[in-house]
Amino acid sequence: MGKELIRLVDCCMSYDGEQVLDHINLYINDREFLTLLGPSGCGKTTTLRIIGGFTTPVSGEVLFDGRRMNDIPPHQRQVNTVFQRYALFPHLDVFENVAFGLRIPKVVEEERNGRTVRRKKKLPEKEIQERVLEMLEVVSLKGFEHRRITELSGGQQQRVAIARALVNRPKVLLLDEPLGALDLKLRKDMQIELKRIQQQVGITFIYVTHDQEEALTMSDTIVVMDKGTIQQIGTPEDIYNEPKNAFVADFIGESNIIDGVMVRDRVVKMYGREFACLDGGFAENEPVDVVIRPEDIDIVPPEEGQLVGTVTNVTFKGMQYDIIVDFKGFKWLIQTTDHSPEGRHIGVKIDPDGFHIMKKSQYSGMFGDYSSYSEEYEELSDADALDEEDDGEAARREDGYAE
Amino acid sequence: MKKNGVLSRLFVAVMFLFLYAPIFVLIVFSFNDSKSNAVWGGFTLDWYRELLGNRTVLSALQTTLEVSILATIIATVVGTAAAIGFSSMKRRPRNLCLTVNNIPLTNADIITGVSMMLLFVFAGQVLADFSGWLNAQEWAVNANLWFDFSFNLGFITLLIAHITFDIPYVIVSVLPKLHQLDPNLAEAAMDLGATRWTAFRKVVLPELMPGIVNGLLIAFTMSIDDFVISYFTAGSQASTLSMVVYSMVRRRVSPEINALSTLMFVAVLLLLVIINLRQARQDARRQAALRR
Repeated sequence: MGKELIRLVDCCMSYDGEQVLDHINLYINDREFLTLLGPSGCGKTTTLRIIGGFTTPVSGEVLFDGRRMNDIPPHQRQVNTVFQRYALFPHLDVFENVAFGLRIPKVVEEERNGRTVRRKKKLPEKEIQERVLEMLEVVSLKGFEHRRITELSGGQQQRVAIARALVNRPKVLLLDEPLGALDLKLRKDMQIELKRIQQQVGITFIYVTHDQEEALTMSDTIVVMDKGTIQQIGTPEDIYNEPKNAFVADFIGESNIIDGVMVRDRVVKMYGREFACLDGGFAENEPVDVVIRPEDIDIVPPEEGQLVGTVTNVTFKGMQYDIIVDFKGFKWLIQTTDHSPEGRHIGVKIDPDGFHIMKKSQYSGMFGDYSSYSEEYEELSDADALDEEDDGEAARREDGYAE
Repeated sequence: MKKNGVLSRLFVAVMFLFLYAPIFVLIVFSFNDSKSNAVWGGFTLDWYRELLGNRTVLSALQTTLEVSILATIIATVVGTAAAIGFSSMKRRPRNLCLTVNNIPLTNADIITGVSMMLLFVFAGQVLADFSGWLNAQEWAVNANLWFDFSFNLGFITLLIAHITFDIPYVIVSVLPKLHQLDPNLAEAAMDLGATRWTAFRKVVLPELMPGIVNGLLIAFTMSIDDFVISYFTAGSQASTLSMVVYSMVRRRVSPEINALSTLMFVAVLLLLVIINLRQARQDARRQAALRR
């Protein structure tokens, strides 16, 4: 990773009086793979559009290499975008789609008779040929030059979109949920492929997604966003192991989040019992949120357990069982390879490094209880969230374009 | 459920008979070697030959083509621009504009024709008065200037009328293409270094082209066979083919008219066939693309 390339300073954005971005401060390094992660309407796409130049922030600054870029239009930025639905040009074949950016004459400044002269310069056809073919090879689409766009599968269209953006040798590639329309298997392959391409061309990727697994797999840095504000910035390990608040803990992976009190350093109290943990630096008896990841919980016989609860639901997930356990009315999710039947009393044991303690935040009490847990419920709510996002952002895009 | 019963087939046959019998008779009698429209006197092409020698008809044909082509081109440009403007509006004003756009499509031709004639006569009068007022000014007299902005009904008013009633057809055929357009396409082009105008020219326009061409063909068809609006707005100086047919019929129904009408019918029919074939082909292509 190189030096700082892009910086957003106090960026705010609102549409029709609705605050979409609230004082975003963020810097992005050269050659970094940075992911903007968050649920629908969290402002991640808006942030990307500000960097791309499609939207101008209401206030704040966008800096590239320290130069203010707020009012520079998209075609003058060294940034290229891969759009959510690819936005390939249907009337052109694969080759011409990729060559589109190269065929546009660039304004170059030349020294002539001691004066700088600006003039438009076209790339020679030979160079265009070479660069397009080279790029098609990078995205493994050699031999597809003269296919029509409509004759390609979703994954192939995706690759064309990436090639079309990268062939212009941008400093930054923006990707707006590029894998959203692909099926699971293809998505996994493309995640690895994207990471490989990023390392091969050696430029900054800024990636927008609502899929936490995608973010964890590919990113150097993850920016978790909600309600137009940044919740946490960090490496995937940081974000997963040390979430800053209940929102982050819940959004990245599964989390049981329990009300607790920090008795003193390295001792946390919940359910009226004291537990040893590794965290410190809180005030004495400060109320906190305690995060316990489902895989950090061991099931033991009731007499050996630190806590005793009742199994209320068991789901087979292939690699493990998802077990919902009722502890005095608060339901936990435990992931384990051992089967425990519904209705059984079990004890649980948590090692000190299994606890993560967070300060109370606006999100306390909103997440981390699995009372309403069921598979159908999860799927339904996810699908709803996706639809909403599509509608909302499509409308916003329309408005933005009308400006 | 069997739908093709004898009765329903008969119904369709009778329907087509009523629809096309008059045109069929017209076409047959345009080849009739007799002045009568009732007696068959053998096959001839005389009426077509006579038509080609008729200077009134030829000059009317020229006027018709000039008006139709000019009006179609102007209406296509204006209508396409209007459709693009509509599609980037917010929903409420857009729906309002669309309703306003659709009224002339359903409005009776005679009302459009009469109202336009009134407007043109009124505007001509106002401009004539204005010219007179200018000419009476002292500075104009001193400078030896003479103004005349007045105009009469003629080719120009005919052209304006045709442009006006062609525009809604263009808008109606371009709008669906705009709805299908991926809103990111123009952004993608700009992202790749294109200016707003280049993005429009190289990406948006090719996508809209099928709709634009359809609108152009429909507008041309409408212009070619319009009678009522032309009749009211052309005045005495210009006359289109359909107006010539009308004035010839008023004197006497001559087989020459049959020949002329047949030619017009065939021309419009050809245009309609082209429009329909284009639409069918586009639908098939879209279906094929969707199936992937």
